[in-house]
This record gives sequence, structure tokens and C-alpha cells, in this order.
Amino acid sequence: MPAPAPGRTDPSVIRNFCIIAHIDHGKSTLADRMLQITGVVDDRQMRAQYLDRMDIERERGITIKSQAVRLPYRAQDGRDYVLNLIDTPGHVDFTYEVSRSLAACEGAVLLVDAAQGIEAQTLANLYLALENDLQIIPVLNKIDLPAAQPDKYAAELAHIIGCAPEDVLRVSAKTGDGVGELLEEVVRTVPSPVGNPDAPLRALIFDSVYDTYRGVVTYVRVIDGHVSTRERIAMMSTKAVHDLLEVGIISPEPMAAEAIGVGEVGYLITGVKDVRQSRVGDTVTSASKGATEALGGYRDPKPMVFSGLYPLDGSDYPDLREALDKLKLNDAALVFEPESSVALGFGFRCGFLGLLHLEIVRERLEREFGLDLISTAPNVVYHVTMDDGTEIEVTNPSEFPTGKVAEVREPVVRATILAPSDFVGTIMELCQARRGALLGMDYLSQDRVELRYTLPLAEIVFDFFDQLKSRTKGYASLDYEPSGEEAATLVKVDILLHGDAVDAFSAIVHRDKAYAYGVAMTAKLRELIPRQQFEVPIQAAIGSRVIARETIRAIRKDVLAKCYGGDITRKRKLLEKQKEGKKRMKMVGRVEVPQEAFIAALSTGEDAGKK
Amino acid sequence: MDRQPRSPWGLYLHVPYCATRCGYCDFNTYTADELGPGASRAGYADTLVEEIRLARRALPDAPAVSTVFFGGGTPTLIGADALVRILSVVRTEFGLEPGAEVTTEANPDSLDRSGLERLLAGGFTRVSFGVQSLAPGVLRVLDRTHTPGRSLEVLRDAREVGFAHVSADLIYGTPGETDSDLAESVERVLESGIDHLSAYALIVEPGTRLGRQVARGEVVSPDDDIAADRYGIVDAIAQVAGLDWYEVSNWARPGGECRHNLGYWRGLDWWGAGPGAHGHLSGLRWWNVKHPAAYAAAIHGAELPVAEYEELGSQERRVEHLMLGMRLREGLPVADIPAREADALCAEGLLELEESLVRLTPRGRLLADLVVRRITD
Repeated sequence: MPAPAPGRTDPSVIRNFCIIAHIDHGKSTLADRMLQITGVVDDRQMRAQYLDRMDIERERGITIKSQAVRLPYRAQDGRDYVLNLIDTPGHVDFTYEVSRSLAACEGAVLLVDAAQGIEAQTLANLYLALENDLQIIPVLNKIDLPAAQPDKYAAELAHIIGCAPEDVLRVSAKTGDGVGELLEEVVRTVPSPVGNPDAPLRALIFDSVYDTYRGVVTYVRVIDGHVSTRERIAMMSTKAVHDLLEVGIISPEPMAAEAIGVGEVGYLITGVKDVRQSRVGDTVTSASKGATEALGGYRDPKPMVFSGLYPLDGSDYPDLREALDKLKLNDAALVFEPESSVALGFGFRCGFLGLLHLEIVRERLEREFGLDLISTAPNVVYHVTMDDGTEIEVTNPSEFPTGKVAEVREPVVRATILAPSDFVGTIMELCQARRGALLGMDYLSQDRVELRYTLPLAEIVFDFFDQLKSRTKGYASLDYEPSGEEAATLVKVDILLHGDAVDAFSAIVHRDKAYAYGVAMTAKLRELIPRQQFEVPIQAAIGSRVIARETIRAIRKDVLAKCYGGDITRKRKLLEKQKEGKKRMKMVGRVEVPQEAFIAALSTGEDAGKK
Repeated sequence: MDRQPRSPWGLYLHVPYCATRCGYCDFNTYTADELGPGASRAGYADTLVEEIRLARRALPDAPAVSTVFFGGGTPTLIGADALVRILSVVRTEFGLEPGAEVTTEANPDSLDRSGLERLLAGGFTRVSFGVQSLAPGVLRVLDRTHTPGRSLEVLRDAREVGFAHVSADLIYGTPGETDSDLAESVERVLESGIDHLSAYALIVEPGTRLGRQVARGEVVSPDDDIAADRYGIVDAIAQVAGLDWYEVSNWARPGGECRHNLGYWRGLDWWGAGPGAHGHLSGLRWWNVKHPAAYAAAIHGAELPVAEYEELGSQERRVEHLMLGMRLREGLPVADIPAREADALCAEGLLELEESLVRLTPRGRLLADLVVRRITD
């Protein structure tokens, strides 16, 4: 009996599921094994992390974009099933994308490293899956590792999801051990999709990807009705109408199909060039006699973290613009607008979902487009109410108003931290220093604790995760989700060089930390900026009030004592090198600042003001 | 060689030997036991003489030599007689211009009164002593083996045997040196009646013993501001004693300027002989292989021991003209400098204008490299 064909598949044989796992817990390897066992990829074609498409994904071992692969599978009961594995992004920045991927599934494999136990992000995604009423299949991976403690972590998982420890499957994605049983479990326990085949089309977009040759490829899960080629479709949030050029499934390469129906997962191609036309979470319907009610849960992507990106070489500005335009085609969450900085020249203020998103975009700009960039310290969005009631949104510290401020509100997050109980003290200390409010604490097992905090997002953006990792010897994991805004006593600290404010160094910080920030930043700059012909004061100021000051003394000696016959060539070459170096200097007023000083001062790795 | 030197021109003769290596020195010099076979000190004079003969063959149309300068290393280590013999070869091969300047560098403890007399008799006109300091503590940090007393004695001896031109080299800014250590050193060497003084800020070179000591934090590297103060001390005492600056690091009584060194800064021609020695002939710069053994091998094969050369383009010549000429008290024609930069540097007090020439002010001398970067933009 042939495998059920797309568009003619009985929903009762369909199983839509995803894998929820932490980075490095083996999700991609498990997916690889499933591809092999179901025979959609033979051993000759197999490569590691088959589904991860971008180099960055393979290198970092993370999934940035979702993938959906259709796996025909003949189960032990002799029936032919269609398993749709929906691979989900695995990072806190992409929680919304994860939630839409989960909404396309009826089941989830909860995959946990048997040597490490569950991590905070996995837990957060598990809660998301439970909210979406997904059937959870708990699985411990890497049971072949010498350090595996399957009994301990099976008990932990059982405790968290409320099953018996013996219900937790044990696999080794690496060797394939137990993966067959896992597929059987998927067939047995994941509910088949339910939808109305006769109702107007409603399909959930759970990802859209820009392809240079084909335009935007939109990944959908059909909820009701069916979608066939040459149909006209409409996007329910934007009302945009497109001609459908192709419908298909991925198994694991794209294959065109006549149609896809209820419960099926596949892709649509309309020739559109911008992923914004095909938004994650939106509902696709027919252009004529379409559905009237969209599927719930759609949200516009909202940038949470902003940073200025500037080309190191000012003449690369047009290239940067072009590169951002291209990236935007494939990244609906990326926003940017031109800005100029006294210190850094022309660049773009870019909005990101979070720090990883920022890092990925920056890395792609540098790697795929060959750009050298300076990025300013990331900041969040502030809402300022003035005494006269005016509201101002601040996405760049230099826009912080100078007048009478009644209130400043900053975004806060609900953070979940999982860690061995030994580290509770040090974590609490860190969260307290970062203005956190403890919401609760639970023991997941005897020696593992879940801590819940409300924290200002700005504090998280400020190397919180690095600090958390280093204070817990790498054992703690963190997850957070936006949780509205809270008022806080925030001030803008400006850094003045020889009396001129250097916009790139302005920061919005809590009043209690302003002094520390000012002292650290001025001291750092004094080390980084070479002596000039005149004395250069470096000041940190809140408004007109100077809170810290350092001085770079005027240079008095800049001459090589000896310049005889044998020194001339070397000295001329040195002079040429120095002049090259001078070209890379940025002028701030009359002060020459080397590019490296900006980069070093802006690097968040060892940023000022933190202790 | 298709280029011939134009008068006045010089010969630089390098002697790459020292009795011991000083902890701060990164020059191309060797102690006896650092060298392999074929590069012995004893045979060195003969090898150098060979290069002079090869040079003569390359420069058939050269006029008589205006200046000869033996540098090192410690040239006097091969003995006054050997130096005199080499000079006599210069005389027979090229001829010496009437009134030619013939200098040798010397260490205070490598040259005695008799040696001085033989040098004078052999045609030397000038001796430059590496005194460095008269403060015992400073000499120790610098690894110098001579005593302060010996330095003063040899300077006086040189004057007494009849050298009209005697110079002392001093180093300032050595770790542990005080302002008064330096002031006293300058005063006392000048009291000995010499007509020329060179003073150099100590540069801690990586790869030297002192460099490693500083890197390990055992010795505190001299601060640039202290070095600037010390330069002022040298300049003030020299002026009072009647020596004026004629180059950033050189002071002389009128007529005591080192004409050979002036040739470097004025862009004149010279031939450099010896391992690692540099030469210049109208826009062609070259330098010899550094190691004495490789050098000797080339010479004994009757080949010029050139390691590399460079032909200066017009822009490079211009940069060198400004870079070297700016160091001199005689200054540069203001027309050679971009007008706006000249005005700005005068307004900032780094340059002063006298008729059609600009020269460094006292503050400008300490910022000469900064000035050069600005005028060569």
C-alpha cells in the first residue's frame, strides 16, 4: 500500500508533533535519526543536523527558523501513518515563534539530556506546550553517556509533568537506541488532528522563510478545509491577497503537491518577496468565500532590545543598508531606521527580539555580507511621561528627554531560573543587585530549584546571563518572558569628552547605579583614549550635574630620540603606519578617538557599572 | 652601481662588536662568544677593508670623502691601530677632502690615552664617547661597565691630546635616575671641555634584558612626562654651557656639529659598510646583511653584502625631507609645508617662523613626531 498522498490523507493517520529540548540536548540528532528510520533520508544522503539550514544554526547547535518535515511511517500495527515533525526554534528570544509552532502540533516530545536534567527554557516551552493542550512524551536522551543519571532525571521529569517515572522513555539519538519505540509512542499517544474538511480554508502560518530563487516560502498547518495550487489566498491580518504558485510538503526536500488538507503540514509559495507579507501566527484563507474568523494567537513581532549598528568604515554605510534590507526579507522581527551619531557617523538603530537575535543579525551581517560593524551597548524601550503629560518613547538613550520628567517606565520580564540548590544564595544576590523581585521558589527535586523573579529587561540585557553562568559554574539556566512595564528611577548618564557629549556612550541607568557607571566609564575611557596635544577632561553627567571626572593629561613628548642613517627607513615606515592609524580615528570635537576605544568601551562583555 | 655620490658625502663604517651586551641595547652588535666561525673580531678589519675596496669599484666617479664615521658596537674594540689602518684604506681608495671630519665612537673603558694619540696621529678628528651617565646607580641599571671617574678622565684626555671635537652621549629617563643625577651628569661632562653632546631618552625595547625586566614588572618603565622634564634639564644646562641644539637630540658649540650626522638629516649621500649598515645614494636606500658571518661570507666572495634596498618615490622623498629636516635647528623652508598646517602649528606654539624658515620651538622639539605627522598629511 503506498504512503498516503498529500491532499488525500485521512487525518486519522496524521501525527503532528514537535521536539522541545534545550540547546545541546540532542534535538537535531534525534531528528536526524527519525529521518533515517522512516527512510526519507538514506544513509548516503545523511548529514548531521540535516534540518538546520543556516551555517550559524549548525555551528551554534541552535535552530533559528522552524522546519517541518513529513515522515511516512509504517507502524507496528501495519498501518501507514504520516508523522509531521515540526522543528522549533530553541531560544528565549523566539518564544512567540515557538508558541506558533506548538499551536501547529497535537503532541510534543520533551527531550532532556539524561546527564543534565531539564533546563529553564525547556521548562518554559513545556508550559507553553501544556497551555496548547499538547500530549507530552517525556524522553531522556544520551542514555549511553557515562555521566547519564536516567533514574534521577526520570523522577524529576515525572514530578514536573505528573507521570510515572517509568513512563519516561530512554533513548540515545546518537546510536538510534530507543528511537523506534519513540516513534511508536508518537503514533500511539499523539492525537490525530481534528478539523472540518468542508469549512473554508484556515491554515496557521508557523514560519516563513525567504528563498532567493522562490521568494517567500510560507509554512502552514491546515486546520480546516484545504488549499490547492492556483488558488487565490488571503492573509487574514493584513488582508493581502496572493496567487498561489505552489503548494507542497517537505520530506525532507520540498515536493510540490496538488493540495494539502485538514491536519496536514506543508508550504505555500506566492512569489511574494518579503516575509512581512506572510507573518508567523497569521491565518491563511481563500480569497473568495474565505473564513470570517481568524485562528487565535496572532501577534505583531515586537522588538525588545535596540542597538545602533555602524559600519567601521563610514563608506560601507550603503552596503549596510542593503544588507539589512536583505536580512529583513527573511526576518519579520528585525526593524531598523537610519540614525547618525556624532561619534560613530551614519548607521542604523535596530530593534531585536532579544540579545541572541541581535547577535545573530550582527554575525550574519559580518559573515554573509562581509561588513565590519560597531554596535552600541544594547538598550530597551523606555516610556517617559513628562510633567506636562507628554508621552515619549525612547529607543535610544540620546533621545531621553532633558525637561521635567514625571515618570519613566521600563519593560520588565518574568524570569525563571533553574539551578542546583547550592547556588540559591548567589543567584538571589545577583537578582537583588539587578533590581529583581522574587516571585517564588520551588524544588523540582531534592537538589534542583526553580526561582521566579520579576526583573527589569534592561538588567538582563546587561550581561545578566553571563553573570548567572559564571556564578553558578554554568549550571543555571534562564528563561524569561515580557511582563509589562514598571516605573523606575532611571536617569540618563552622558559622557562628555572635552565638554562634548559622546552620544554613543550615553546610557539610561538606575539612579543608584549612575555613579558607578560614570566612574567606571570615565576611567575606562581614560585608559583607552591616547593623550592629545591638550588636556582632555572626561566627565560623566546627569543633565548638567557632573558625577565623575577623569583627565587625560596633554601629551608632552612624542619624538623618537634617535634618527640616524640606519633608522630612516624604519622611521618612515612607522610614520606611514601611524598615519594609517590616524585615518581610523574618529573626531569628537577636537579629540581624536581611536576606533578601538569605541569598540572596547562599548563592548558589553566587560561593561562599566556592574559589579 | 649607476649612481655616484655627490659631495659632500660620507662613509659609515660599522663595527659590530662589544665587550659585553648592555641590558637596554638592541643594536646589531655581538660579543665575542656570540659569534660563530668566520666572523672573528681579529679578521674583521680586513673584511671591512674589502668592502671599502668593493665600494670603490662600485663608485668609480666618487669625489673625495667629506666625512667618515666609525660606529658600533664599540669600534675601539678592534684597536686604534686597526681603525687607523682602515682609515688609510679609505684615504687611498677614495681620498679624504681637505678638512674632512673623521669620527669614531668609543667606550670610556675601551680607549686609553695612547690609543687617543694614535687615532689623532692617524687622521681622526673627532671622538664620541658613550658616557650615558655619571650616576653609578644609573650605570648599573644600564649594565655599563665603566666608572663615572673613568668617563671624565677620558673626555679630558681626548681634549688634552689635541682632539678639537669631542662628544659625549648621555641617556636620560633610566629607571631610578633622578633629576639631579641627570643635571650633574650633564654639567660635569660639559665641564670637561667637550664641544658636543647627544642626549637620548631611554627606550625600553622589547627583546632586550631591560625590556624583559620591565615586562615582568621588576623595573618601572620611565614615564614620558619625566622624560620630557629631563629633556628640558639637558637643554637648559647645555645652553648655559654654550652648546645650542642643532638637532632634536644633539647640542654643540658653534662649529662643533657633527657634519657626518648632519648629512643624514639633510638627505646627503653616504656609503654604509659593515654588517647591517645602511647606505643612501640619491633616493636609493640599501642595507647590508646583519650577521657578521653572512656578511663576511659575501665579502669574501667579492660580492656586495646587500640584504635589501628600496628606491624612494617622490612622495617618500618628500616625507623623508620633512621628517628629517624638521629635526634640525636650521629648519625647513616654510614653503615646503602645507600653509594651513604651518599657521596652526605656529599658533599652537610648536613651530616658529623666522623669515622663510620654520623650526621647532622647545615644546615642539618634544613633539617633533606629532609635528611631522601633521605636516606630512
